Amino acid sequence: MIDTEIRVTPELAAEHGLSADEYARVRQILGRDPNITELGIFSVMWSEHCSYKSSKVHLKRLPTKGPQVVQGPGENAGVVDIGSGWCAAFKIESHNHPSFVEPFQGAATGVGGILRDIFTMGARPIAVLDSLRFGPITEGQGTTPAEVARNRRIVDGVVRGIGYYGNCFGVPTVGGEVAFEPCYSANPLVNALALGVARRDELFFARARGVDNPVIYVGAKTGRDGIHGASLLASAEFTEESQQKRPNVQVGDPFLEKLLLEACLEAMHTGAVVAIQDMGAAGLTCSTCEMASRGSTGIEIDLSLVPQRETGMSPYEIMLSESQERMLLVAERGREDEVLNVFRKWELDAVVIGRVVSGGLLRVLDHGRVVAEIPAHPLAEEGPVYSRPLAPPAKPSHAERLVAFAPEGTDLTANFAKLLAAPAIASKRWIVQQYDHMVRTNTVVAPGAGDAALVRVKEIGRGLALAVDGNGRWCHLDPRLGAMHAVAEAARNVACVGARPIAATNCLNFGNPEKPEIMRQFSEVIDGMAEACRTLGVPITGGNVSFYNETLGHAIYPTPTIGVLGILGDDSLALHMGFRAVGDVILLLDGAGPAVPEMQREFSSSEYARTIHSIVAGTPPAIDLGAEKRLMDALAALAAERLLHSAHDLSDGGLAVAIAESGFASFFATESLGANVSLEGAEPAEWALFGERGARAMVTAPQAALAAIERIAAQYQLGLRTLGTVTQGIFRIEYNGREVVSSPVARLRASWADSLEQALAAR
Amino acid sequence: MKFGVVVFPGSNCDHDTHHALGTVLGRPVDFIWHKSEEVTGFDAIILPGGFAYGDYLRTGAIARFSPVMRAVTKFANSGGLVLGICNGFQVLLESGLLPGAVLRNAGLRFVCRHVYIRVERTDTPFTCAASSGQLLKIPIAHSDGNYFCDDATLRDLERNGQILFRYVSPDGRESPEWNPNGALANIAGIINCGRNVAGLMPHPERAAESLLDSAEGLVILRSMIDTLARRERSTVVAERVPA
Repeated sequence: MIDTEIRVTPELAAEHGLSADEYARVRQILGRDPNITELGIFSVMWSEHCSYKSSKVHLKRLPTKGPQVVQGPGENAGVVDIGSGWCAAFKIESHNHPSFVEPFQGAATGVGGILRDIFTMGARPIAVLDSLRFGPITEGQGTTPAEVARNRRIVDGVVRGIGYYGNCFGVPTVGGEVAFEPCYSANPLVNALALGVARRDELFFARARGVDNPVIYVGAKTGRDGIHGASLLASAEFTEESQQKRPNVQVGDPFLEKLLLEACLEAMHTGAVVAIQDMGAAGLTCSTCEMASRGSTGIEIDLSLVPQRETGMSPYEIMLSESQERMLLVAERGREDEVLNVFRKWELDAVVIGRVVSGGLLRVLDHGRVVAEIPAHPLAEEGPVYSRPLAPPAKPSHAERLVAFAPEGTDLTANFAKLLAAPAIASKRWIVQQYDHMVRTNTVVAPGAGDAALVRVKEIGRGLALAVDGNGRWCHLDPRLGAMHAVAEAARNVACVGARPIAATNCLNFGNPEKPEIMRQFSEVIDGMAEACRTLGVPITGGNVSFYNETLGHAIYPTPTIGVLGILGDDSLALHMGFRAVGDVILLLDGAGPAVPEMQREFSSSEYARTIHSIVAGTPPAIDLGAEKRLMDALAALAAERLLHSAHDLSDGGLAVAIAESGFASFFATESLGANVSLEGAEPAEWALFGERGARAMVTAPQAALAAIERIAAQYQLGLRTLGTVTQGIFRIEYNGREVVSSPVARLRASWADSLEQALAAR
Repeated sequence: MKFGVVVFPGSNCDHDTHHALGTVLGRPVDFIWHKSEEVTGFDAIILPGGFAYGDYLRTGAIARFSPVMRAVTKFANSGGLVLGICNGFQVLLESGLLPGAVLRNAGLRFVCRHVYIRVERTDTPFTCAASSGQLLKIPIAHSDGNYFCDDATLRDLERNGQILFRYVSPDGRESPEWNPNGALANIAGIINCGRNVAGLMPHPERAAESLLDSAEGLVILRSMIDTLARRERSTVVAERVPA
């Protein structure tokens, strides 16, 4: 227990992560020295995680407005209009550091936190996606057996944790992405995205209003778990001692959260709830001061009324606890019983712990004695803002090693099989089977069945498509270009299920912002993301920033992940990626245009270069955002006219992998469809088969639809090439008349289907 | 004809079951709160999937003590149709309305995917609309679905024709490879001796619309509807006959 009488000194402030300047500012705002509870409150609110002090100046450059945006950044989640009086609330958030310290609970509470953000808005969660990045799970390329064992343990814990929480809560985990790179070995990334729907006139916001309205605490009791999760865990680099921070990780209870969801939505329906906010990072501190600040009021609470799990907790501990599954709400005075009765029905704690007051102060009492008194607005909104120095990365001391293309006519079948087994490309079945991806019976395009997940909104018959993508390797090679590709790929994935992208959410995972080269990566990524979002018409409606993803001074790749939301007017128009019928034509919709002089450098940044040659070098492919947009529009038009049997974008592993994946996704019962493909070109065969340029999608259709598809391709100024036909049993590609890949589909499928499971299941 | 869907705290397939019966099949259906001590006015009761009371103990072990289960037991004992799906099946096993138990999945992991089950009996209220040996493509989603019972019970189940569904390959063969959870004798669902209480691990309500990949689970719900319709007709006939 922390003694409330402890004297606050500049040294103690420094131990709390506040700089000398920041501490001076605290004293200026208060007009006196803070006491220990107040110091704790300032330290979490002004932590990087809660205050965005290093990122704020850059985030302003992102586009956040659009015709469908109802609520942009600044609330618990972004909200967009999906028509017929309905809205979608969605947001992505990181839970990286907790997931390294304690993978199972870290990932579980990451899901729990983002779900609360959604139902706090009055929206019922209908889907979760996860963007996961781990260190290598197979030996080689400099990874030691010990690292591999640890990484597998982390993957296992994270996957179990996500499943544990989502499955019990009853929200389908419908998709996401998984990548493996050495830089994530000691700092995995766990970004969770949730989507919910609500009637537009039933949205809720976190703005405390109405002096004397009661402030009600609901949900789990407060314990000592998670204290300083936001400040010390999420806002500092990892060191050898970080494993000792396990007590800073929260513990999740999905059953309680399920009850909280049902009770909150029911309470909101009474009409007696004025405002509501979940207690996530910085718990009671954050929810009280943010609700007061947004509502331009004050809040007074008495901690002796807070339901507590343990005895003897100090005001400091209660204010900083990050115990999960808690909510704070403001009810209309005189109608509190209506609200309390709902929580009683669900057998949840619900207690009036204070009231809204005028004057803008956050006043915290303990048995009537004032233990903290801070102006809410300066605490929540006027934290430090830094324009940190930027510097380009140091020039590499040695020349880049680039991929040397194989001679013409080389049989590429073996390399192809190896590429299909690469963890980044291989089937994610082992993971997605551990998630309930069907509960709520809305999952029209399930994990692995399409480029994006598609869930229907039963009430209005429309589909919502969601994809989350990142590309750390490309952002490492060129942050600005890499970020543009991340946005383009997520939007393209959404378009490949037939939907029109309308908005985005982002999670920005970076190293230590106090290092100028990291800060420059961040700034470049923001610029690239802003440009892509603007051109593709997907404003950013929310998200979060995760800095300090470094362990022992080694930063992760700069890894922005972006979730793009799309809308499909009629859910029966949804496109899947699996081949459907033997004899269908395989077509390439191509907005990328002819090859570039930078061919070898571009190819050296590909998954093929990494997997086959252990090379990560060169530059990401050039991008043409206009062509990306035209491709997306064309896909929406093709879906609307029901011309296609399948659609799949070209990404990791290029054309050959895309074709194979569509064959594997057709897997029904015991057999997959194959393809007979004939390509021509002046470039090396490896480039043609495995190159990863954007603005391309592979589609299949019956022969009879060809003329109509040609018309639409021409209308959107896209190249259209016939690649071959869907076959059975054999996968064959010839290039300039010579066979370069030939294999029974079953054999290729086996390398693709089982590699992840073989690495992960055998523990 | 009225269906009731029980809502335990932690049930999460209650809405889906309601949707399949009410919207897809257009039958009257209401939720029944777990504290209800009576279930009058219903002709069939479904215990839906989920994690009743969190299932932090053994699955279904707490739910069996809920007030509604006393009422459901009474309803079942008087001949009412009761179907337990997934967690609902687990609750029925714990309450002793069905014999046996479920263990952790053989793979010790949660498994969510489509499987194939074979209809083993068509002379029951839950399968009468199916053809004998019909294969159903239907999803499972559970950690504890590994059905188990002692040898004597298994012999009884076989002898009395109480095994309703078995996991099979896409062409209808029983094999360990197509058994997703290690269930004894590939058992996916069973029925009681009185032939009015059944439970299964797969989710028929998730296989109710072809938009969601399979509508083959509907045959189970349709069987119940047919049964109730027959009962209604026979009641009407009985009422017409003067005593």
